[in-house]
Amino acid sequence: MNTITKVEHTEHHGPAAGISRWFYTTNHKDIGTLYLWFSFAMFLTGGCMALMIRAELFQPGLQLIQPDFFNQMTTMHGLIMVFGAVMPAFVGLANWMLPMMVGAPDMALPRMNNWSFWILPFAFAMMLSTLFMDGGAPNFGWTFYAPLSTTYAPPSVTYFIFAVHMMGISSIMGAINIIATILNMRAPGMTMMKLPLFVWTWLITAFLLIAVMPVLAGVVTMMLMDIHFGTSFFNAAGGGDPVLFQHVFWFFGHPEVYIMILPAFGIVSEIIPTFARKRLFGYSSMVYATSSIAFLSFIVWAHHMFTVGLPLMGELFFMYATMLIAVPTGVKVFNWVATMFRGSMTFETPMLFAIAFVVLFTIGGFSGLMLAIAPADFQYHDTYFVVAHFHYVLVPGAVFAIMAGVYYWLPKWTGHYYPETMGKVHFWCSFVGVNLTFFPMHFIGLAGMPRRIPDYALQFADFNMIASIGAFIFGFSQLIFLVLIIKTIRGGSPATSEVWDEPTGLEWTVPSPAPYHTFTTPPEVK
Amino acid sequence: MSHETYYVPAQSRWPIFASIALFLLAYGAGTLINGLKTQTGDTGLLLLLAGAFMMSLILIGWFRHVINEGMDGKFSPQADLSFRWGMSWFIFSEIMFFVAFFGALFYVRTLAVPWLGGEGEKGVSNMLWQGFEAQWPLLTTPDMEQFPGARAVIDPWHLPLINTAILISSSFTITLAHHALKAERRSAIILWHGLTVVLGVIFLFFQASEYIEAYQELGLTLESGIYGATFFILTGFHGLHVTLGTLMLIIIWIRVLKGHFTPDSHFGYEAVAWYWHFVDVVWVGLFLFVYVF
Ligand code: HEM
Ligand SMILES: [Cu+2]
Repeated sequence: MNTITKVEHTEHHGPAAGISRWFYTTNHKDIGTLYLWFSFAMFLTGGCMALMIRAELFQPGLQLIQPDFFNQMTTMHGLIMVFGAVMPAFVGLANWMLPMMVGAPDMALPRMNNWSFWILPFAFAMMLSTLFMDGGAPNFGWTFYAPLSTTYAPPSVTYFIFAVHMMGISSIMGAINIIATILNMRAPGMTMMKLPLFVWTWLITAFLLIAVMPVLAGVVTMMLMDIHFGTSFFNAAGGGDPVLFQHVFWFFGHPEVYIMILPAFGIVSEIIPTFARKRLFGYSSMVYATSSIAFLSFIVWAHHMFTVGLPLMGELFFMYATMLIAVPTGVKVFNWVATMFRGSMTFETPMLFAIAFVVLFTIGGFSGLMLAIAPADFQYHDTYFVVAHFHYVLVPGAVFAIMAGVYYWLPKWTGHYYPETMGKVHFWCSFVGVNLTFFPMHFIGLAGMPRRIPDYALQFADFNMIASIGAFIFGFSQLIFLVLIIKTIRGGSPATSEVWDEPTGLEWTVPSPAPYHTFTTPPEVK
Repeated sequence: MSHETYYVPAQSRWPIFASIALFLLAYGAGTLINGLKTQTGDTGLLLLLAGAFMMSLILIGWFRHVINEGMDGKFSPQADLSFRWGMSWFIFSEIMFFVAFFGALFYVRTLAVPWLGGEGEKGVSNMLWQGFEAQWPLLTTPDMEQFPGARAVIDPWHLPLINTAILISSSFTITLAHHALKAERRSAIILWHGLTVVLGVIFLFFQASEYIEAYQELGLTLESGIYGATFFILTGFHGLHVTLGTLMLIIIWIRVLKGHFTPDSHFGYEAVAWYWHFVDVVWVGLFLFVYVF
């Protein structure tokens, strides 16, 4: 091409000076950083809401907040954590790492990449502004079931709907970018079956995102029509059905939970081999397991709806299909354990988080299996047992994996090692806090305490108090993480290119900190 | 495939301003809609219009910028492929958007309404509206006061059939235009492409007159129960997509006239053609499942 000179020119300068760098940037590393900081801010915001919930539940009776505000807190907490903290964190990691891992100069569509990010702060500003509106913020739970979210919703639901639309646009564009990058930007020789697992899991996650975010857009659009334009999608008086809402929502919702866990699988599959000093056990089975989980995730949605009165065949189908997911999930857990088996392991912070992930995520998987048993779920549904289940897969699952990834790649991003002792303190505080918070919820759930309730019967008091103490421990430990990150950005012992002990992957062949532009000429992968 | 020349654009101001515009659009729409019943949506309307205006300017500017880059030869074949993947997956996401509404339609028709009428294991829901009888199209809703059902539905064998013929032929005409573009037969492409635009506009015109008929003569409205709801959400969003598609066709036609495309480099043209085929295929689904069956 006759434009090489021009291209060279634009590619070899460093970051622009001043604040405008962050607004106008097209650089995947900048955008990754933006995503990660945004996610962290949302994590703390949603965390404060969780602490308000746990403070109210510290003792039976109403002490601090009114029931309606309590409901607003559970709703906003869920929405912010799912769409504002976990998903953007994974996208941030993808932005930073995918181009380096496949040997590409940047993401495939850099300007759209910037747009995907900058929609988010506006979407969440709108979402959070509902807290100050007449009638309060959405109070119908993060699953916004009709008719709670239609007939009985506060007026702010309209803004909630448009905020969801904005997040959807952002996610779809982000996912398109990721797929295009992986399919089209790999360095010569980087065949599909040589891709690092983080790349593979993100490829499949991006596919899930493009498949289900539009369905979410569809369901909120039907809500909008029901609320303001007189349709009756979710109203039986006009021939519609409130259960229709749940079907459409969970057709999005179940793949969505896998969107939040597949990239976590990828991160853990990168970390464990490095610190076990062995190759990942069963690479190709990991790829196939991930793909089959993604496929199965489309045909299990009604396991969230066992108690709505599905026909018997429906209950059976969704019960067995759900249990089937345990098979590929088991393959993955087996492979991680087999990778560690007889490895020469060391336990730096990323590895601690990764091992905790394997153990605690598995606990969440097992409670999932219990919930999948339709007749048993009649008892468990809408109790704290469900809350325990999904917090085990999401907090020591997805969130621990994100933290593991941050510790693992932080020296590559900043050029400094993080303070190891401080990292370990952060890990152990988080570990203790998480288990104190969520493990007792299994017991109170089995004993029948309903979820989304600001007050409870006296027999649940002790476990609730333990859970609240755990929550505050977990919450405040995250400040250690914040301080550690800032310290590492500012300084610390300089990291080598490899950072760890002979890790595999192209990202370890570039200097630390990774230069502003990497792989402007693609590397040759053997 | 030459990897060395992948074009990584320098900083860009378009995206962040596009985000601001999107925010104005969304916040304005929310305020406007919330104020509909109380007539207090004026600020909303203002914000919405400001957002729409800003967004149009940005899209024009942003696309012009990219077009100029393309004409400067900045996009290697690899970058071209990125655009292709991008457009394909975008269309896939659009398909999934319609899947949600088609799914709702099938669920209501085959399960929810029969159950409401007392069929099957869930027949108990019939206790709520005793005497309600399941039918499709649903003309007598369970609560005729709140949701007065339509008197009749659109006859598929008049306007909808004509519209089907129109859209299917437009898929052919755009393919002919594409072939003409590749063979560099300028007058042929102008003719066939122009015909495609005309067909799109006629389709929209018929669709609008069908809506008028539905509202004024048949009592088929958004408020007429689940049949009207599914009918209008599916045909409405399809109509919006045809409108957007027609707009894209017109813009790309202008670009053809300006000589932007060569026989082997015209991704922009192909993207529009793909999009047009997509709205066409969705229509066939609509015709079959909304109008005929
Ligand atoms: C072995 C794998 C899994 C199985 C068998 C399983 C099964 C289930 C079932 C049956 C429910 C519904 C319980 C009820 O509402 O009564 C449920 C809820 C939930 N699961 Fe899982 N699950 C699995 C893995 C996961 C993973 C990996 C995640 C996310 C990372 C997840 C997130 C959730 C969430 C968020 C809910 C609750 C949604 C709500 O009602 O608010 N699950 N799970
Ligand atoms: Cu699920």
